[in-house]
Formats: sequence, C-alpha cells, structure tokens
Amino acid sequence: MPDSSPIVTLTILPGTTREGKPENFTEITIRPGDTISIVGPTGSGKTALINDIEVFAWGDTITRRKILVNGVPPPEDLVRDPAKKPIAMITQNTKCLADLTVQEFLAMHLRSRKMKDDSVITSAVDLANQFTGEKIVSSMRMSSLSGGQTRSLFIADAVLISDTPIILLDEVENAGIFKDRVIDILREKKKAIIFVTHDPYVALLTKKRIVMKCGAVENILTPKDEETEALARIAHMDADLMKLRERIRSGEILATLEVA
Amino acid sequence: MNVRLIAIAGPPSAGKTAVVKQIIRNLGAAKVAYLKIDVVQAWEDEELAAEFGIPTKKVYSGDMCPDHMGIMVIRDALVWAEGIGAEYLLYESAGLCLRCTPYTRNSLGLCVLSAVSGTHAPLKMAPMIALADVAVVTKIDLVSQAEKEVFREGIRQVAPDIDIVETNAVQGTGMRYLMQVIEKIRPAESERDTLRGVPPLGVCTICIGKKETGWQEHFGVIRPLAAPDNLYRGE
Repeated sequence: MPDSSPIVTLTILPGTTREGKPENFTEITIRPGDTISIVGPTGSGKTALINDIEVFAWGDTITRRKILVNGVPPPEDLVRDPAKKPIAMITQNTKCLADLTVQEFLAMHLRSRKMKDDSVITSAVDLANQFTGEKIVSSMRMSSLSGGQTRSLFIADAVLISDTPIILLDEVENAGIFKDRVIDILREKKKAIIFVTHDPYVALLTKKRIVMKCGAVENILTPKDEETEALARIAHMDADLMKLRERIRSGEILATLEVA
Repeated sequence: MNVRLIAIAGPPSAGKTAVVKQIIRNLGAAKVAYLKIDVVQAWEDEELAAEFGIPTKKVYSGDMCPDHMGIMVIRDALVWAEGIGAEYLLYESAGLCLRCTPYTRNSLGLCVLSAVSGTHAPLKMAPMIALADVAVVTKIDLVSQAEKEVFREGIRQVAPDIDIVETNAVQGTGMRYLMQVIEKIRPAESERDTLRGVPPLGVCTICIGKKETGWQEHFGVIRPLAAPDNLYRGE
C-alpha cells in the first residue's frame, strides 16, 4: 500500500476495442521509476487509457479495462480516498476552476491532506518555477495562470503534496513547459510517469511506448539501442526549436537561423 | 409500500440527469419510475422514457418555487409509483436556488455537484449538501488531482462525514460506489413522509406574481435595507 511501502505496481488488464474485440495484450504492469509514453492518432483512445488508470476502472468505463494494484483488485479506500490514492493525473484541460490564489489553493490542498508544514507551499511554487519560463508567484490567482503555469504547478503539487508514486500527464508538450526537466525530476523522485504524447522527444525519452489504435492498445514497444541515435538527434532538434520558440516569443524576426 | 425513493438535487447543469441515467442502467429499467420537477421547461422525462421505456412524469412549478412544488406532489408521486409496480422512484429537482432541499426522511438524498463549478460552489449550496446522504461529484475527468482534492475539501467543510462519489457520469465511472449505497435503501414505510430540513420562509407576494419593488408593497416575508434580518408582515 502506498502509505507503508513506496512500491506500488499497477496492472492494466485488457478491455475491448471499439469493435468489441479483445485488446492485443495480456497485461501491462507499471512500477515505480517507469517512464511510459502513450502514442497514437487523435481519437485512438490515449486519454481513455490514462483515465482508466486514474479511476481504477473495473469494467465500468467504455473500454471495459480493469486495473489491479499490487496484483489484486484495489481496496475501496485506495480508490475513493484521495489521500490514499497512489495516482495523480494532470489533465489536458487546465482551465483551472479554483477561484483562489496559488497560496490559498495549495493551503487548501494541504488541509485536505491534513498536512501541517506550510513550507511545502513555497517549495511547490519553487519547483513549479523550474518547469516553466513564466514565473509563478503565490499571490497570483489560479484562474489567471496560463496552461503551462497551471500544469507546472500541478506537477509540482503531485510531487510534493499529493506525493503519489504514479503521475499521469496528458499532452504535457502543448503547454510549452520544460519537459526534460520534468522527466529528470520525476525520475530522480522515483515516480512512475506516463505521458500521453504526440511529441517525438517525449516519446523517445520514455523507456516504453504503448501504441494505440481504434480505442485499444495495438502494440507495446520497448526500443533499446536502435533509437539512441534518433534520441540524440531529436534532443538537438528540440533544443533548437526551443531556442526558436523563445526568439519568436520575444518578438524577433528570424532573419538568421543558428540551427545546427 | 414497496417503493424506494431517491431524491436527486443539485444546481442546473451539474449532471443530475446523467447520474439518473446511470442509476437506471444499473438498477434495470423495469424497476424504475421517474419524476421531474422544473419551472418552465424540461425534457428529461421524455428523454428517459424514450431511452429506457420507463414510466415518467413531470410537473412545472411556474410561479411557485420548484422545490415547494416538489414537496406538494411527492406524496401523490409515491402512490403513483406504487400503483404501477415500480420499486424505485427517482425524483429529480429543478435545482435552482440551492437553499431548499427536497430530501425527505424516507428517501436517499443525492446532491449532484459538478467538479468544474469552482472551489466556493459547495459553500454556496451548503444546505443542499449538508442534508444529503451522498455528494455525487460529476465531470471528474475534466480536472486534475489537486483540483479534485481541493473541491472535496470544500464539500467536507460543509458536511465533514458525507459520502462522496466521484464520477464521469456520462461513462459511469465510479458509479459502483453509489450503487452500493442504493442497494441498501429500504422501501418507504408509507406515502406519508417529512422533510429532513426546514425550508426557507414561505411563499410571499413575489412568488405569487406581484411585481412591485420595495418591501412597502408586500406582505409575508419582507426586508428593508437597514434591517438586520427578515420580518414578517402578515394580514
């Protein structure tokens, strides 16, 4: 159990494709420190897969998948009590609903978890600021944060306040946050991270790739050395793109291109 | 009686009807009758009758407060449901002012709240949550973990021990926990029932259609600007 032991395995048992056929895998087990990406065209069921994990589906979602925790059906309190839940999901929609400041929001989250140490609030804001170029200040209103700021804050919250062993991230690249830094820190903290992604860099940074098609898992890839070169090149291209993005953001006309 | 009453309250667009549909799916349409109370327009009864083939009724409250109307007709509705052999009567309120609560002692009271309605929403609808048995939080797939927990904390501030069920009601995730509660409801002892809470002060001259502004023009529950509290001016 997450409270007494940091080791939690999650096992995804297959459901059905949109046509009602069984999915093409026997089980997928997720362990602490795993990095997994979920890839596939829009509408192929990527978000549905992480939603199944997040709600501990028990044949009660459209996919009919089931999720085991440590090899067995999860106990009710682990599913229903957020303080015991080993999963935090950062959704694609970060139109944050809270009519509170960052400080108030995090304080309310601490209170909901009966945590007394207020210094976590500052640490969470500091950590969030490592993921985004647009500085977050704790007196800002949650509703005024950008998508990138909100996502950065929720990732920091998932690491420091929810402190869950498994973090699900839905299309993190859309928000323009520093994804390699996010991955580094989550790896360092021994979190299992699962990305729904269209970004080749994120896909290649993760150890395992789940390929989706027609609402179902089509394939599970664990590429090794054969992608080393591709990863190095994509890292380069991504760094170049980042630089260009920053230059465009700051209002430059790209008369010169120092691209390697 | 053989009828189990489930009262479903909650603000407009919270997802009450989506929750109703999941309950019907889980219970099986053969056992269920449905009553909708609304103010001027409602289609839920027709929609549910078409989708599940269940007996339905609706009542428009017009000038009257819809929960007031619900309280008036619920006894007849229980007799109707019993008469047609239904085991469950699902009674969906209009969910407007959030001050009144349709839960009766013999019912299972569900308060449906949308996870995207803002942190302060539970405080604004406090009586509706405080007197319910279960807070059903819908649209849970649209928010992140931290937001979910902060929203729960808002509900807990109003009702520390209330059972909270989080669901994407369109898909039905998490509904298994609500169905566990529903399985335990006992049939209403008789059609006679009482409300759990005291409703706000009664019908006034505005409720019955008087349009003049200013307390000077009205009887019943009135309030001048400078007064600390409501007054009653009878006749």
